[in-house]
Amino acid sequence: MSKIESGYIKKELPKNLGKTGLILLIAGGILSVLAYITDPARASFSYLTTFISLVCLGIGSLFLVTLEYAAGAVWSVPFRRISEFFASAVPYLLLLAIPLFFSMHNLFTWMNPEVVAQDKVLQGRMVYLNVPFFITRNVAIFLIWWLFYLLLTKNSRKQDESADQNLTTRNIKLSMAFIPVFAFSISIVSFDWMMSMTPKWFSTIFGVYLFADSTWLALAVLTLAAVLLTESGYLSPKVKRDHYYSLGTLLFAFTVFWAYIAFSQYMLQWYGNLPEEIIYFMHRWTGGWKYFSFFLVFVHFIVPFLILLPRRSKTNPKILIFVSVWIIAAQYIDSYWLVMPDMVNNGFTYSFSWMDLAFPAAAVGLVILLFNAKVKKHNLMPLGDPKLQRSFDFHL
Amino acid sequence: MTDKKLFGVAALFDSPDSIVNAAKKIKEAGYNNFDINTPYPIHGMDDAVKAKSSKLGYITLFIGFSAAAFIMSFMWWTLAINYPLVVGGKPYFPLPAFVPITFEFTVLLGVLSTVFGMIAVAFNLPNNSHPLMDTEYMKNVSSDKYGAVIEAEDALFEEGKVKEFLKSLGGHSIELIYRPEEVKHKVFEPKFVIFLAIVAIICAGSTYITLNKLMYITPFDFMMNQKKGSAQAESSFFSDKHEMRKPVEGTVARGFMPYEFNGVADTNQFYGNPLLPTKSVLELGQRKFITFCSPCHGNYADGSSRLRSQFPPGPTLHSARVIGFSDGKIYNIITNGQNVMPSYAYQTTREERWAIVNYIRVLQRAQNPKPSDFTAISEIKKESGNVQN
Repeated sequence: MSKIESGYIKKELPKNLGKTGLILLIAGGILSVLAYITDPARASFSYLTTFISLVCLGIGSLFLVTLEYAAGAVWSVPFRRISEFFASAVPYLLLLAIPLFFSMHNLFTWMNPEVVAQDKVLQGRMVYLNVPFFITRNVAIFLIWWLFYLLLTKNSRKQDESADQNLTTRNIKLSMAFIPVFAFSISIVSFDWMMSMTPKWFSTIFGVYLFADSTWLALAVLTLAAVLLTESGYLSPKVKRDHYYSLGTLLFAFTVFWAYIAFSQYMLQWYGNLPEEIIYFMHRWTGGWKYFSFFLVFVHFIVPFLILLPRRSKTNPKILIFVSVWIIAAQYIDSYWLVMPDMVNNGFTYSFSWMDLAFPAAAVGLVILLFNAKVKKHNLMPLGDPKLQRSFDFHL
Repeated sequence: MTDKKLFGVAALFDSPDSIVNAAKKIKEAGYNNFDINTPYPIHGMDDAVKAKSSKLGYITLFIGFSAAAFIMSFMWWTLAINYPLVVGGKPYFPLPAFVPITFEFTVLLGVLSTVFGMIAVAFNLPNNSHPLMDTEYMKNVSSDKYGAVIEAEDALFEEGKVKEFLKSLGGHSIELIYRPEEVKHKVFEPKFVIFLAIVAIICAGSTYITLNKLMYITPFDFMMNQKKGSAQAESSFFSDKHEMRKPVEGTVARGFMPYEFNGVADTNQFYGNPLLPTKSVLELGQRKFITFCSPCHGNYADGSSRLRSQFPPGPTLHSARVIGFSDGKIYNIITNGQNVMPSYAYQTTREERWAIVNYIRVLQRAQNPKPSDFTAISEIKKESGNVQN
């Protein structure tokens, strides 16, 4: 089988990148540990915010990989490896969740037996919301994600050498299996980690909300990395503006999708105005959160929407880099909005803390280090993929 | 055929790759007025012909924003200004509830304007006679071939050269396409004028018939128009022209006694109250008193009018003068009215009036009790207390 002329030359990323990642991870890590020592309750909320963004990044990237296989997408093949590298956060989720398992009593009111004893509704929900089951199902979900990650990336890497088309077929089957599992598991994760913080609140669309967020974040990170790597010559020179355009279009689509989902959830509960439902939005409307909520709409929807609307902004590398950085920040702000107002439920009062910057710094450092390590070890493009040549020929 | 104007030279190609290649070559050769026709969109064509980005998006953007602004202000005007309605306890202008409608309307008008804009631009509306229509070339590129046309308007156009050029690119079935003869139609051609007149007559006539005849036909009117005399109508049958008949003179309807003392001031000299103050009579009297008397005389007949001086307040019925009235006089006042008080003969029956008289007596007694009443009340209380124990 003849090799495709991809023009790709394996290069190591600049050393500064690894250094930056290491410094961020160490500094953020030390500060995070310090945070846990000084104020474990506040730190666990802050940690959960970052953890959710990290889950979004890892599982969203894995979803993008499987989506490409399942849909038979051609244009995205040169970028698939980048998503695979970012999905390497998935195996660490289990490890990173352990501190959260130990600080669950700070996060969840349903852990408090006195609160549950007074509340008939909560007593009924204890069938699902109890510590052993909570930990079991989350560990199981993280393990299943890990398994899919291992199988998919193993096949993909093997193909670099062998260029065996059967590996693609196998990955397509795996992806078909993964997508329903993903839909189910991300709902469970969103219900467990965020919805149960307001234990009597419920919204069936909440899993879709987190799905929109995770895919959006994974796309933004992919766009940032892909554009930066292509522009500085790490990827093949055959990657064109048409590929950028597709990335930008997907980003735009998921910006609108998030707005659609978030607004659907808000409007139905606002119209129904039932006490057990509206409490969630009351927490996000009182005590200064009103302005934060407006800010979120602005940051998460209006700005990316307007930036990505014209055709030329989807092919302009500078605009794409700017908007992906913006989206990465916006997604963290969204996680913040999802987690922090619920501190009220546990009797804490919210105030901004330096911890809210320490944890994400450590997470960014971790992601950079993981990516750097993967680039050192593996090819940055799936050179053996049978669709690669077609992908280079891709035209709008 | 020679008087026809040449529109351009067309050639067919067999594969998408060859048409993309041909398009690129034609552009490189310096032609600007040319077009590519394919049965479906081909990737890479925009790049090959170096197409400028379409201006259609601006139409969509403008119409979309206009639609959003229109529907939002329309809902605001109808539901918050012109006819304010509280729906579901929300404010008059519930923004979140209006967002879905705004969204749908924006998308709808945006899409429609895009489609119609595209058709208008591509078909060069209102023209419907593009030279490429009804040619062999168009039949082929609508099914399984790919075609290129170089138009005669192009600065570099030379018939022979272009033919050779297209052939060298791999084109076949080269076809010369002529502009259709421009047929000028007279505006006042008799046939056309007659046609217009007929259309006008049909439109006007059918409108007239619809509005003046069809819409006044009642489908089922046999219940509305019956052969019978109706109460207040003029009669063509009876000589006094009254449809309603009077009782025969000197007769009385069953169960009805005419009032014999019309116009007599004090009827007490003729007769007294025929009803005994039993419980049911007093209850009837109370009900009628509350309905007809209390608005002016007050619920306790003390003259505390509910009318708040919109009407001269009724006097108290507890004055010594009224207490001194005989039952027959009070009955007479209710029946015929007094001063500004109107007659209540039509609102109340005779029995009800006597019951009201009895009830007024009870109210008067309650205001001016005798010592024996207290002992009677305390005895009743005692009895009822015993019963309770």
